Amino acid sequence: MTDNRKPGSLVPLRIGFIPLVDAAALLVAVGKGFARDEGLDVTLHREVSWSNVRDKLNLGLSDAAHLLAPVAIASSLGLGHVKVPIVAAFNLGLNGNAITVSPALHAAIMGEVDGDPLNPLVTAQALSRVVAARKKTGAEPLVFGMTFPFSTHNYQLRFWMAAGGVDPDEDVRLVVLPPPYMVESLASGHVDAFCVGAPWNSVAVDLGVGHILHFVSDILARAAEKMLAVRQPWADKNPTVLASLIRAHDRAAEFIEVPDNRAEVAAILARPEHIGVDAEVIRRTLDGRLKVSPDGKVRESGRYLLVGREGAARPDPVQAAWLYAQMVRWGQAPLSDQSLAIARGVFRPDLYDAATGKAGRPETRVADGVGAFAGPAFDPSAITQHLDSFRIRRR
Amino acid sequence: MVAESSPKIAIVDENPIRAAILEEGLREAGFAAVERVGEMNNLLARIYSIDPDVILIDLENPSRDVLEQMFQVSRAVRRPIAMFVDQSDAASIQASVDAGVSAYIVDGFRKERIKSIIDLCISRFNAFAKLQDELERTKTALEERKVIDRAKGILMKLKGLSEEEAYVLMRSTAMREKKKIVEIAQSIITASELLK
Repeated sequence: MTDNRKPGSLVPLRIGFIPLVDAAALLVAVGKGFARDEGLDVTLHREVSWSNVRDKLNLGLSDAAHLLAPVAIASSLGLGHVKVPIVAAFNLGLNGNAITVSPALHAAIMGEVDGDPLNPLVTAQALSRVVAARKKTGAEPLVFGMTFPFSTHNYQLRFWMAAGGVDPDEDVRLVVLPPPYMVESLASGHVDAFCVGAPWNSVAVDLGVGHILHFVSDILARAAEKMLAVRQPWADKNPTVLASLIRAHDRAAEFIEVPDNRAEVAAILARPEHIGVDAEVIRRTLDGRLKVSPDGKVRESGRYLLVGREGAARPDPVQAAWLYAQMVRWGQAPLSDQSLAIARGVFRPDLYDAATGKAGRPETRVADGVGAFAGPAFDPSAITQHLDSFRIRRR
Repeated sequence: MVAESSPKIAIVDENPIRAAILEEGLREAGFAAVERVGEMNNLLARIYSIDPDVILIDLENPSRDVLEQMFQVSRAVRRPIAMFVDQSDAASIQASVDAGVSAYIVDGFRKERIKSIIDLCISRFNAFAKLQDELERTKTALEERKVIDRAKGILMKLKGLSEEEAYVLMRSTAMREKKKIVEIAQSIITASELLK
């Protein structure tokens, strides 16, 4: 024990978060008193932008943060911003996003669909035909909203449409939009579609301005979405505090996954100082049972958002490598073995295992750890060959 | 270079009063080309049409993330953001985060010239926060005064005291119970309502 924790006294921690359902483990760890049981006195700071979350973590104004998994990697590589090495020792969630399209784009895609519309290859090819038809008539390119340049949303949208032959940089426009503005932008026609986390897809469907076209779990079976992130020097200086924080989160993740606890979890998340939307809407996400179109059609999936089950909480370096590969594919990062090693090293299953006492990599049915619907199985040791197998790419 | 003589500055802030205070400060300091953006719809398009050298944005603005894509070099971004101020100066970013503002420098602008703009931003944002604080305090003081006056009236009526005596009684009770006089006043009002 190198950090000097006084026995019996609580360690004060400031943790930043964005009001999204995938902050559940953090909000429940604090709301249910699991953090306090571990000797931590957590003050939650609700932020309005990922830039704020990142900068406050980088500057030490917060000790830990609910952070986009790709931002943790980009920070560690110094991409797009200041280089600050990050340690991500707890995965707050796998999946959890959805692609929502305007009623007009939904009708256009459905008019071109040739096969099962739940198959992302079928919808991507349909989108490609819609895009081609728009080009012929000289219509403006379709606009897709996503949350951040270094976000799973960005990569999931790109991976999906590129598989159908749509070039995300040439054929459509991808724009960053803060999640709370997504629904309004879809309603006003500023965007034709968006990829965002819960609850915003459900809000759009409830208002009748959007159809959920895909759960992102259709695109990738396991995608690291948000991480509990701390600065590397902080992790080095406070190993037992970090271990306590991981344990509190792991207990919360297990609590969240018990179906009988869901109502209580939804109520905690719904509090105005947490997410501040209706508990029923949050409940849909936790249960993976979502209304997907304004006419009331419901779709259910066991893979919508994984908080603790199927080993979701344990950071998987293969996921980090996949995210880094997307940065390379879309021209955000050069490819190097050194960068790949840094990216993989951000995700720390060793710290998770040591803190929780759980034994090693969990069994999943997803053989390569990612489970993408298109392309060859992901092999982190052969990223060049992997990326070369995709026709549409920036490198 | 035109940019060298008078850099174009865009202020992105949904608070029109704060934006006006900042704009005024910048103009006084000799920065003539200042544009305010208060509408967040289509923010990027607005910024492109202004084509600024420096972008100032308040930290409580969710649209800060929209600017992040200007760091990317791509077809969609005509003039990328070269840097965020903290890359050179940790103390200045700390001060600007504390003040609640952040600055982005667009490619082509000499970074030595940013210091005076940032300092001005910080002082104007802090001045605005102080102003708001004072306003808040004045409002609270006014409300407290009303509560104390009401309690005084109750005591005068029920105990036949003069205004001075009623006040002294509340003050001495507050001191004895180590409470604020407004808390004692509130208890008197609550009690009198219960006993009505």
